[in-house]
Amino acid sequence: MKDSSRLLSIYYTAGYPQLHSTLNIAQKLEQAGVDFLEIGFPYSDPVADGPVIQRSSEKALQNGMTLDVLFKDLKKLREHVSIPVFLMGYFNPVLQYGVENFCKACKEVGVNGAIIPDLPLYEYEELYQKIFEENEIANIFLVTPQTSEERIRKIDELSNSFIYLLSSNATTGKNLNVNDESEKYFKRIKKMDLKNPIIIGFGISNAETFDKATQYAQGAIVGTAFVRMLDESDYENKIDNFIKNIKRGN
Amino acid sequence: MSKYQVNQKGYYGPFGGAYIPEMLYPNVEELQKKYLSIIQEDNFQKEFNELLRDYVGRPSPLYYAKRLSKKYNANIFLKREDLNHTGAHKINNTIGQILLAERLGKKRIIAETGAGQHGVATATVCALKGLECVVYMGEIDIRRQAPNVARMKMMGAKVVAAQSGSKTLKDATNEALRDWINNPVDTHYIIGSVVGPHPYPDLVATFQSIISEETKKQLFEKTGNSLPDYVLACVGGGSNAAGMFYHFLDDEEVQLIAVEAAGHGVNSGESAATTALGNEGILHGSRSLLMQTKDGQVIEPYSISAGLDYPGIGPQHAWLFKSGRGKYVSVTDDEAMRAGLQLTQLEGIIPAIESSHALAHLEKMQVDKNTNIVVCLSGRGDKDLDNYMKYFGF
Ligand SMILES: Cc1ncc(COP(=O)(O)O)c(C=O)c1O
Repeated sequence: MKDSSRLLSIYYTAGYPQLHSTLNIAQKLEQAGVDFLEIGFPYSDPVADGPVIQRSSEKALQNGMTLDVLFKDLKKLREHVSIPVFLMGYFNPVLQYGVENFCKACKEVGVNGAIIPDLPLYEYEELYQKIFEENEIANIFLVTPQTSEERIRKIDELSNSFIYLLSSNATTGKNLNVNDESEKYFKRIKKMDLKNPIIIGFGISNAETFDKATQYAQGAIVGTAFVRMLDESDYENKIDNFIKNIKRGN
Repeated sequence: MSKYQVNQKGYYGPFGGAYIPEMLYPNVEELQKKYLSIIQEDNFQKEFNELLRDYVGRPSPLYYAKRLSKKYNANIFLKREDLNHTGAHKINNTIGQILLAERLGKKRIIAETGAGQHGVATATVCALKGLECVVYMGEIDIRRQAPNVARMKMMGAKVVAAQSGSKTLKDATNEALRDWINNPVDTHYIIGSVVGPHPYPDLVATFQSIISEETKKQLFEKTGNSLPDYVLACVGGGSNAAGMFYHFLDDEEVQLIAVEAAGHGVNSGESAATTALGNEGILHGSRSLLMQTKDGQVIEPYSISAGLDYPGIGPQHAWLFKSGRGKYVSVTDDEAMRAGLQLTQLEGIIPAIESSHALAHLEKMQVDKNTNIVVCLSGRGDKDLDNYMKYFGF
């Protein structure tokens, strides 16, 4: 990870809007100044996601997206895109692919890490940590306002890339309501002085929420707002503006 | 502890666990830490047992079905969960969970429902306790179980249509989980079957275990032996079966038979026969058997019975299947519907279409006149009259 603050990451679903649009979108995002990518692999039952990302996953599956297809696309992507890439998705497709095969494939195509919300800490430590580490694939954990301090310390210990701080306890696509409570929470985490960088995600959708989040964290992730934009017919020409609008406070 | 029960880590053999996003962790952890001690409290037990007796109407009878027995040349006993208040076994669980929710200080209850029986049972206990209730139900199920939707609304519950995926039970469960993520503090999720992250499978099975506890005593009174040769129950997620099997698990001479819904046939592409069609995977927070593609996408199941229309089974069932302790079979829509009509005409009991699946397996068993069989009649058929009428062209 680049050592900086105000890092911007974009989440989007692989295979959406078209099966092979992943590479093209990545290039445009890199050109627009995005610092790293979070590419979602679709699952039929995405319980942590709101309607927009649910729909993109459904469409991606209809388009024929699978992990096999994605890894082929990512191989090509790496020839053109150099910012870090993290894969995000649910555990069942990874389990069927084989956790070891998944980590090996990630390594081979130059993926930096994985964010698998429903792979719990305990199972990760017990069964999979070794496989991730052998392949140098970072496993990114989520932290929410309800996560206990003790658990956050443990997550910090097990992490070696960044910690994904949820702006609120919510599914994706609920706009962050910046208020005293969220600021108190961000401050509390900042004060913990964790060894891993903090990146805030969920509910970050525009310059205002990006600015607020990056006051307290090294960066922030925009997902739903970007995926919604991909619905529009000439989205390719809008990516640059979308990113500039978010980063305009720079 | 029985090798068929959950272990300290929340697993049944390789199945179970709590595969949930961090957003659900505090709620699930709270349950994991507190459920056993709360259930064991005297005042919990007292209120639970009183409500089961005076409100649900327990014990439910164990009925010797004479004409059905004659037809199959065996001794067939029906465990009459259909006579419970609200018409199914589901209420055993919701009574237990509402008492738990109260003791956890929760103010708002959410639930998923397939056939609507669990939704009704949840709306009922929320009315009983004056708690807010939101029930998620697949759009297709809302159409095929209209009377239950009306009952929930009348009791003051809000019924929310799940519009995603197959628009049935699996998707209703997704929506309930999303609601819980978005309401992490004041809400308790009353899951309706032995599925979900640990401790739910054990929690629900414990509340349903009253079924086999009573059966053992009743069978002893009737036959002088508390152990039957066979115990049969249908399996959607598996809660009535888990309750029916519970106190027989370590009596290895009792054969446990779980009946899944084959829909139009196991290999028709329209089925919900999880053990026949599924393999190991993760859905709704637990590792179990699951109908899925080779890429790990969940396959949309099909059954004429909304309560069995689910692509997985609870982790304990996966373990009973894998260890060979239980025998898992399936019957088709047609077989179930015929068995339902047959019970109606032989015994004057209209079973829920779910329960008809268990009954339909009787036809396929090799028995003799000394064989004692208990069938869990998990629910009554009032909610299914429309379906029966259409199917038989009455
Ligand atoms: C009458 C009845 N039986 C069985 C079931 C299936 O659920 P389970 O497998 O959890 O018992 C249902 C579910 O709605 C039901 O209503």
